[in-house]
Amino acid sequence: MEKFISLTSTAVPLSIENIDTDQIIPARFLKATTRDGFGENLFRDWRYNADNTPKDFVLNDKKYSGKILAAGKNFGCGSSREHAAWAIHDAGFKVVVSSFFADIFKNNALNNGLLPITVSSDFLKKIFTAIDADPKAEIKVDLENQIIQIVSSGEKESFEINAYKKTCMINGYDNIDYLLSINDKIKEYEAKRTIA
Amino acid sequence: MAGKTLFDKIWEKHVVTTIPDGPDVFYIDVQYIHEVTSPQAFDGLRKRGIPVFNTKQIVATPDHNVPTLEQHLPIKNDLSRKQVDQLIKNCADFGIELYGLNHPFQGIVHVVGPELGITKPGMTMVCGDSHTSTHGAFGCIAFGIGTSEVEQVLATQCLLQNKPKRMRINIDGALHKGVYSKDIILYLIAKLTAGGGTGYFIEFAGSAIRSLSMEARMTICNMSIEMGARGGLIAPDDITFNYVKGREFAPKGDDFDAAVAEWKKLFSDADAEFDAEFSYDAADITPMITYGTNPGMGIKISENVPNSKDISDVKERESFDKSLEYMGFHSGDKLIGKPVNYVFVGSCTNARIEDFRIVAEVVKGRQKAANVKAYIVPGSKQVEKQIYAEGIDKVLEAAGFQIRQPGCSACLAMNDDKVPAGEYCVSTSNRNFEGRQGPGARTLLASPATAAATAINGYITDVRELI
Ligand code: SF4
Repeated sequence: MEKFISLTSTAVPLSIENIDTDQIIPARFLKATTRDGFGENLFRDWRYNADNTPKDFVLNDKKYSGKILAAGKNFGCGSSREHAAWAIHDAGFKVVVSSFFADIFKNNALNNGLLPITVSSDFLKKIFTAIDADPKAEIKVDLENQIIQIVSSGEKESFEINAYKKTCMINGYDNIDYLLSINDKIKEYEAKRTIA
Repeated sequence: MAGKTLFDKIWEKHVVTTIPDGPDVFYIDVQYIHEVTSPQAFDGLRKRGIPVFNTKQIVATPDHNVPTLEQHLPIKNDLSRKQVDQLIKNCADFGIELYGLNHPFQGIVHVVGPELGITKPGMTMVCGDSHTSTHGAFGCIAFGIGTSEVEQVLATQCLLQNKPKRMRINIDGALHKGVYSKDIILYLIAKLTAGGGTGYFIEFAGSAIRSLSMEARMTICNMSIEMGARGGLIAPDDITFNYVKGREFAPKGDDFDAAVAEWKKLFSDADAEFDAEFSYDAADITPMITYGTNPGMGIKISENVPNSKDISDVKERESFDKSLEYMGFHSGDKLIGKPVNYVFVGSCTNARIEDFRIVAEVVKGRQKAANVKAYIVPGSKQVEKQIYAEGIDKVLEAAGFQIRQPGCSACLAMNDDKVPAGEYCVSTSNRNFEGRQGPGARTLLASPATAAATAINGYITDVRELI
């Protein structure tokens, strides 16, 4: 996994609420057997008409770009498909900011070096307002100190992240490395285990 | 000290060790696998050069991609076939039991596990699929995971997990005629919203839940994820034990009795504390239907679509309006009587034998409306077999329905079973997201009885008129 320490970038605003993983990556694109290439179909049906002509949608709007996706509350609800996190990451995003994330999406993102940051709904509004005023408004994310800041106004908020996950993100570790290292403990547990 | 919840009891038993300031190393008894979310996990094992930790605790079956007609022929869609073939290869390479397309146990993974007696009270179970929550109906901790986590469980039989919060929802009293467990869960999601359970594991309790069959309980736990919950569970009781008894992989004889003695300890203590608790009266629940593009957008079937003007938050109102626009509905619309050309009875929510019995009861002696195209898709080969054994096929065919072969089908439209753009479908599945049943498709979630009644009339119908 890639390391993540800090980042300053413009952001793409997607203020819709309850964005589910079927929108992020529709089921018909889940037929691949590798992890790559999902970025192309990110938000496919919101970006393109059936005949592949582009729709009026933020990701098609040249005004907006950046490594941060700012989204409305309850982002990533629905299916457990990790393809959603892969698609967002593959499309070049490193951070998703929302006022509320669905659980499985949050885990999947963290397992792929995509940082989900939960901010207050007030702060999320401020982010949208800043981007509205200037599409080139920059957002600074400092994982070490757990702070997110709107660069132009200096407004900032601290965010929560599980200490273990933070260490993993900063060092680029993944869970399997850790679990494999405690193999003996797992075997010991298994030997004593009773079903039910 | 306060007592323990059912959830705590199972959780604690499965903690291998706890990382200081970090998550628990959580042991998984059974992992289910299907073709869509597993290939990259097996690839990961190959790259690391490691085997599967415990092949005996993994069961695989293809379901998402499979055609529901002529399953004996090779799958026509290249990508689907490749994915199913990859599952066959991965299971063979790593020594995992596979119920492939022509195996008598094949089906939707969440229908197969319980009906074979693999799912048993007190277990921890995962699958790269959010509706793994279904298995909680047996008093299990069962939840969906992403592909990286599928790989973790393949490699170590463990996951790193932070313990979720605990919620209890009590439903007491008797259900009205024509009201089913699907209506209970749609009612709860409408009350608590699509994100209302996020961060929680939900125990469903109360006399109305206790009176439900295992099939009906599975429907409720299945959709607990649609409130954002990690999963749902129900304390096992005699209904559970009788369901498990005699199934293919259930313990037999003395072993079964010994297991039941253990399973009887699985309940929340009277003084157990929950982080949140809600109570509802079963008598307030009527047949439900969704009108929007998330499962929380549900109403009693006789109610009108809510008014967008009543939503004060601007962003929320915009999302609501976008949803109605997609659905082709307006604030205040009445749903009963709206023409519907597609009906889907299937999915891991409602494709068990009881669901088809209910459909048969509604359609018996009637004819489906000429405008309706119906997908009737059993959840598994075992369910399919039983449909024929009980003569339900005759009732359905006489009413003009065709019974297809098992798979996820129009629940997520990865195969050919799609609802065309702009068309309405009353569906017994669990998600009404935009495009879920095919690009542009408009899904209305409801119970099998409501789906059957709608198929008969060709427009949205309150099933209570027909029974
Ligand atoms: S039936 Fe639908 S919800 Fe259930 S596992 Fe298949 S695709 Fe998922």
